[in-house]
Amino acid sequence: MLVTAILSGLVLGGTYALLAMGLTLQYGIARIMNLAYGELIIVAAFLAYTLFATLGLSPVWTLFIAIPAGFALGWGIYGVLMQPLVRRARTPAGLEIDSILATFGLLFVIQGLLLVSFGANFTSYSYLNVAVDVFGTKLAANRLIALALAVVLGGAIYFALTRTLWGTALRAVSVSPVSASLVGIDVDRAARTAFALGGALAAAGGVVISMYQTFTATSGVVFTMKALIIVIMGGVGNILGALSAGLVLGLAETLVATYVDPGLTLATTYGLFIAILLWRPTGLFGRAAR
Amino acid sequence: MTSRLLCQITGFLTIIIALTALPFFVGPYTITLMIGMLGYVALAIAWAMFSGPTRYVSLATVAFFGIGAYACAVFNESLPYPLLLLVAGLIGLAVALVVGLATLRLAGVYFVIFTFGLAELVRQLVTWFEVNITGTLGRYIFLPVTPEGIYWQLLALSAFAFAISWLIGRSRLGLALKVIGEDEVVAAHCGIAIARIKLALFALSAVIMTLVGAIQAPRWTYVEPSIAFNPTISFLTLIMALLGGANRLMGPIMGAVPLFLLFEWLSANFPNHYSIILGLVFITIVFVLPNGVLDFVEKGLTHRITAAAKPAEVQK
Repeated sequence: MLVTAILSGLVLGGTYALLAMGLTLQYGIARIMNLAYGELIIVAAFLAYTLFATLGLSPVWTLFIAIPAGFALGWGIYGVLMQPLVRRARTPAGLEIDSILATFGLLFVIQGLLLVSFGANFTSYSYLNVAVDVFGTKLAANRLIALALAVVLGGAIYFALTRTLWGTALRAVSVSPVSASLVGIDVDRAARTAFALGGALAAAGGVVISMYQTFTATSGVVFTMKALIIVIMGGVGNILGALSAGLVLGLAETLVATYVDPGLTLATTYGLFIAILLWRPTGLFGRAAR
Repeated sequence: MTSRLLCQITGFLTIIIALTALPFFVGPYTITLMIGMLGYVALAIAWAMFSGPTRYVSLATVAFFGIGAYACAVFNESLPYPLLLLVAGLIGLAVALVVGLATLRLAGVYFVIFTFGLAELVRQLVTWFEVNITGTLGRYIFLPVTPEGIYWQLLALSAFAFAISWLIGRSRLGLALKVIGEDEVVAAHCGIAIARIKLALFALSAVIMTLVGAIQAPRWTYVEPSIAFNPTISFLTLIMALLGGANRLMGPIMGAVPLFLLFEWLSANFPNHYSIILGLVFITIVFVLPNGVLDFVEKGLTHRITAAAKPAEVQK
C-alpha cells in the first residue's frame, strides 16, 4: 500500500511540477501573476478529450497540437492583455495588482466559455487504462505515461533554460530586468517568450492530467492554486525548487488521501502552503527577502 | 462645525431615514433586492476600509462572510438572536486577529494568494467537519426574523460601516493608513505603529463582513459550505470596491449599487453567460478605470473645466 501511494504520489507530483514550471516562468520572468493559468490547463484537457472522443486521437499525439497552440495563446494573451498593463505600470507592485485583476477577468471569461460549450459535468476518458506491474504493485499504464511525459518535458525545459544561451538570457531577465537590458537582452521579448512558454507548459500539463484524472470546466482554479502553492514553496523563478516542491505536494496529497481521509487533500494543500508562507515568506528555496 | 460638514451630515441622515422608511412603501421583491444590495454595500465598504488605503488586495471576504453565516446556522437554536450576532462577531474577530497577526509579514501577491487560500481552507475544513463529525452537509436556520428586520439590520450595519470609514478618513489613523499605503518604510520612520494599525483595520473590516454573513444567513433558511463560502462573493466585493474607487468614501457604494443591479439582471436574463460577462467587466475596469469611476469622472470634469477656461491652449 505504501509503495502504491508513493508511486501515485510521484505521478501526481510529476504532473504538478510540470504545471508549476510554467507558472514559475510566467511569474519569475514575465513578472505576470497569471491567475487564469489553470483555465489554460483545463482548455487543453478538454481539447485532448474532444480529439480523443471524436477522432480517436491519442493524447500523446494531442500534445503536438496542444503545445504549439498553448505557446501561441500565451504569446497572444501577453501581447493583447498584458503588454498595455506592463507599459502603464509605474511600480512592480502596481503591475502585480493590475495583472492579478486582469487575469481574474480572463479566468472568468475562459471558465464561462468552457461552461457554455461543455457544461459543468465531470469529464474523463479512458485511455490505456490497463494495470502494469511496477515494483510488485499495480499502476495504470496511463499514469506511467503521464509520469514519463512530465519527466521528458520538464527535463527538456530545464535543459533549455540552463544549458543554452537563449535560456540563460531568460534567466538573466528573471534575476534583474534592468541589468539584462544593459547587456543587450530584449527584455520585452524575453518576457513575452517566457509567458508563451508558460502557456505551452500549461497546455502540456492539461493534456497529461486529462489522461488519468477527471476534470470539470470549473476545476481550473484548483490547478492554479496548486501551481501557485508549488511556485511559492519552491521560490519564484526557481525551476529546481518548483520540481522538488511539486513532488513534495504530490506525495503529501496522496499520502493524506491514502492514510488519513481523501476529503482532506485540499485542506492539506492549503495548510502546507500557509505553514510554509508563515515560516519562510519567500519560499523554501527562495532568496532572502530584500 | 463648518456649514459644509453640517450639510453632509444632514444629507447622510436624510438618506438613512428615507431608506429606513422604504419597507412601508415597496413590495417583497424590492426588499429582497435591497437586502442583497445592502449586503454588498456593507461588504464593499468593509473591504475598502482595509484594502483601499493599505493596497493589500484581500480575497478573504467570503471566509469571514461564511464564518458569520455558519455561526448563525450552528447557534441559531441555542442562543437568543442578539447574542447570536455578538458571538458571530466575536468568532470573526478572533479569526481575523489570528490571520492578521500571521499575514502582516506578507505583501503583494503573497497576500492575495494567502487570503484566497484561507477562504478555501476554511471551506474545506468546514465541509470535512460536517461530513465526518456531525454527519450532515447542510444546516437549517429557523429564526423569527422578517425580511424587513434583515433589511433594517443591514441598513444599520452599512450606515455604521460608512460612518466608521468617514471617521477614519478624518482622523490621524486615516492619515497614518495613507502613509502606509504610499510607503511602509517611510511610515515606519515617521513613528507609525504599522503592525498595530494594519491589524486593527483588518479586524474591524473582518468583523463587519462576519456580521453581514450572520445577518443575511436567515434569508437562505438552508446553509451549506458551497453556499456560505462561495468565492464569487470575494470577487464581486473586490470588483465593486475597485469600480467605485477603493480610496474614496463614496467609492464602494458607487461601485456596489450599479454592479449589484447589473449582476442581478445578468443572472436573471443570461444565467449561462454570467461568468463571461463578469470576466469582461473585470478586464474593462482594470483597463479603463484603474482608479475607479469617481476618479475618472472627477478627472474628466476638471479636464473639461480647464479646457473651457483656456480655449486658446486647447486650440493649438
